[in-house]
Amino acid sequence: GRGREEKKVEEEEEEEEEEGWHGLYPGHIPTSPLQKALLAAGSAVMALYDPYRHDMVAVLGETTGCLALPNLRDKMKHHPEGYRILQERPRIRLSTLDMSRLRGLPDGSLGREYVRFLEDNKVSPDTRMPPKFVDDEELAYVIQRYREVHDLMHTLLGMPTNMLGEVVVKWFEAVQTGLPMCVLGAAFGPIRLSARKLQVLATELVPWAIRSGLNASCVLNVYYEQRWEQPVESLREELGILPPP
Amino acid sequence: MAAACRLWRRPGRALLAGPGAAPRALRGLAQGPELHFGFQTVTEEERREKIYQVFESVAKKYDVMNDSMTLGIHRIWKDILIHKMNPSPGTLLLDVAGGTGDIAFRFINYVRSVRERQLQRKLKHHQNLSWQEIFESYQKDKCNSLGDSQVVVCDINREMLKVGKQKAQHLGYSEGKSCVVPCLSWVLGNAEELPFDDDKFDVYTIAFGIRNVTRIDLALQEAYRVLKPGGRFLCLEFSHVSNPVLSRLYDLYSFQVIPVLGEVIAGDWKSYQYLVESIRRFPPQEELKEMIEDAGFFKVDYENLNFGIVAIHSGFKL
Repeated sequence: GRGREEKKVEEEEEEEEEEGWHGLYPGHIPTSPLQKALLAAGSAVMALYDPYRHDMVAVLGETTGCLALPNLRDKMKHHPEGYRILQERPRIRLSTLDMSRLRGLPDGSLGREYVRFLEDNKVSPDTRMPPKFVDDEELAYVIQRYREVHDLMHTLLGMPTNMLGEVVVKWFEAVQTGLPMCVLGAAFGPIRLSARKLQVLATELVPWAIRSGLNASCVLNVYYEQRWEQPVESLREELGILPPP
Repeated sequence: MAAACRLWRRPGRALLAGPGAAPRALRGLAQGPELHFGFQTVTEEERREKIYQVFESVAKKYDVMNDSMTLGIHRIWKDILIHKMNPSPGTLLLDVAGGTGDIAFRFINYVRSVRERQLQRKLKHHQNLSWQEIFESYQKDKCNSLGDSQVVVCDINREMLKVGKQKAQHLGYSEGKSCVVPCLSWVLGNAEELPFDDDKFDVYTIAFGIRNVTRIDLALQEAYRVLKPGGRFLCLEFSHVSNPVLSRLYDLYSFQVIPVLGEVIAGDWKSYQYLVESIRRFPPQEELKEMIEDAGFFKVDYENLNFGIVAIHSGFKL
């Protein structure tokens, strides 16, 4: 916006050093530890109360990820592909994806199945919330990457975007990333499921998701944008994701 | 103590303007192009635009947020305002920045109950009337349940007015189609330049709105203009807490909790950050009193509510 690009920043005696309106990255809102705690609590309650508040799930992830995010970042740093991702900072967005090209890829390839997943479930990669409360610019990218890769997780695991599918993916992600938000989502998500679905969940899907999560290498270390042609099966095998039940 | 402070010391809070700037220049008296938007420094036009956007985005959750932030106490403040006004039937009220209608609805309720008591007293003195005559007098008074009182809600923001109109319908204030004069009207207008003629209203109120006006002096002048001689100006607004202990607690609550509430309830941190900053920037009680006097009002006075968290300023046009 107009007024926000105010570059003139004067030092005030009583104030600490200033980051300007932008903080460390566009959209960054610096917060005190107390505010983060309140946000974490508030967003957790609100996310349970109104499951359509995806922004609250996002905020919960940001405010509770202070241990898990550096961990993830380090995993990425120590892996050649992950390191490249951190350097190049690719973004999965409709503007950066060549949808027609992906649609033209053979069935069973990552690109084709990803587009099919988006269309079947009527979702778009552009609806992911940008981070606001992460106080490190690189970690903000890591969580952004995690969010944008979420739909690819669905594709790799073959799970739809209904409540059941989301919970399964959350279990997988919880094991993979250790993000408290995933753990909470995995634990509390099933609350709203019917008994029958809960049974399927408990007996088949969750054990499979956990085993896959433990077995698989870090999913953030895959440069998906360079692997659209790769068959999903082959990518699953490479990562170590067990065949879905 | 210092360590405890670090828990809520916000990293990189937005700055106040440079040390050389005279505070008065930033309080809506338009000296030079620099004005404040919360703790930011912007031009006049930018400020109006930013504030418009704030209220556009908060409109739907405005009432919910008010209840959460003030734990419902804002209702009591508004009740006190109406009681202080003590309107009699036949009063013509202009509620500026009245957005979602809180003051207007309270005014209508108050006048209605005063009117009812009036009618009851009238009936008591006319107990010799036949039941038919009593029934006919009901018909006559049905349209006059407010005793010709009217309220005009004026707001600069379309979204807020929309929410207000919906609320009115929902709460049943929109009847009166059978009445000759509508008791409740919604007008889009700017407090700095009201679309009304001189000497029109008995009472002018602005509740939690004057803080958002870019040129407060103009708004006060306009208030003076549209009021009838003998008319009353009433302003309900956040003000300054002089008690140091309370002030610190209030600051803590304002800066730490309110933006979080804004994010969690309305999904909008920035608007509520603006809110608490704009409260800090607003002139304190005495200064606002002087500004009101400058506009020509007499017998200007103020009443602190909750130790100065909120203040009601009152003045008369003579």
